Amino acid sequence: MNALMALLVRDMRLAIRVGGGALMGALFFLIVVTMMPFAIGPDLALLARIGPAILWLGALLASLLALDRLFATDHEDGSLDLLMMGSLPLELSVATKAIAHWLTTGLPLVLIAPVLGLMLNVELHAMGWLALTLLAGTPALTFIGLIGAALSVALRRGGLLLAVLVLPLTVPVLIFGVAAANAAIVGPAPFGPPFTILCALSLASLVLGPIAAAAALRHGLE
Amino acid sequence: MQLRAEELACNRGGRDVFRGLNFSLPAGEAMVVTGRNGAGKSSLLRMIAGLVRIAAGRLALDGGESDAPVAEQAHYLGHQDAMKPSLTVGENLQFWTEFFGAGRHAVEPALDAVDLSLLAGLPAAYLSAGQRRRLSIARLVAVPRSIWLLDEPTSALDVPSQKRLAELMRDHLAGGGMIVAAAHGPIGLERARELKMGAA
Repeated sequence: MNALMALLVRDMRLAIRVGGGALMGALFFLIVVTMMPFAIGPDLALLARIGPAILWLGALLASLLALDRLFATDHEDGSLDLLMMGSLPLELSVATKAIAHWLTTGLPLVLIAPVLGLMLNVELHAMGWLALTLLAGTPALTFIGLIGAALSVALRRGGLLLAVLVLPLTVPVLIFGVAAANAAIVGPAPFGPPFTILCALSLASLVLGPIAAAAALRHGLE
Repeated sequence: MQLRAEELACNRGGRDVFRGLNFSLPAGEAMVVTGRNGAGKSSLLRMIAGLVRIAAGRLALDGGESDAPVAEQAHYLGHQDAMKPSLTVGENLQFWTEFFGAGRHAVEPALDAVDLSLLAGLPAAYLSAGQRRRLSIARLVAVPRSIWLLDEPTSALDVPSQKRLAELMRDHLAGGGMIVAAAHGPIGLERARELKMGAA
């Protein structure tokens, strides 16, 4: 338990300090969502209708942004070798790294989403629901992305490969995330079913992601 | 307690690096692995550390304290230092100490052992190559594990630090530990077995 806490604290510290990626995702999210109304034009009704989709797409891309460094930095400086020699199962260490990554890059997205919603003419009462769908869905993005990060660890320019590998797998998360957000904002479909499926996707990836990522790391480091 | 390898083989990228390797190393002894470049010295160390798959043969630690795999009873000191530039010297060592299951109290004495306690608050980015090397050596001192796997341990170290490392290695051996080191030159131990690789 101490070892896991130490890993969590270390990864969060690294993300927050100079050269870490904690704010990169949030800034990228901010830029993408800010540019969107300029491209679409001042049609408030249209913005309100596609607002949830834009926020979700922005969050998806932003959460991929720092993911390629998740194992790559540890691989380059030899830390990954040592992480594999710990007495903890690699799956647990990998899951801990993913949690630290979500806390420093996924959670900020959830927190600033309501503010960005203002720019897209999303109504005030709907903002909370929208943030809730992101809170339920972004862990799935991180834990699915974890597999891609582990697969591309030894490649020098793994970022693009990571996006190509991971984005198709995140389609269900995107569909049900936007569906739940839309249900909460415009109706008339109920909020419950898509939101429950979104939670299920997160829980499933929480279990499968670390197992697959650990297998990929063991195989890839030979 | 002894580390024993029987008919060990290593295959990387479809090419046999070595095969039919036998050795045994009793507690309290050191073994220096020598051989030309590419003979498989580093591969052997990484294999004992569990980082390279054993293609054939058997590797075991007889009479170890627990049933844990050999890799979990070994320290690996490779060419990379596994230290994060944005963390301080103290934070770096504390992380590895806690990750490998030793308490926070082991950090201070280990830093003392490699003469880095004055720099504990400095970000590791400002360390020289030799100082970073000493910081990774502190990890071996902080967390007790019976096998030390050292890949070119004296590289980047100045003469006083090499002497210090030799003292630490002697202490480790005196405490019943084992050392497997890959080296081209002497590592400062008077009494060490030699394993020549690539001779066959």
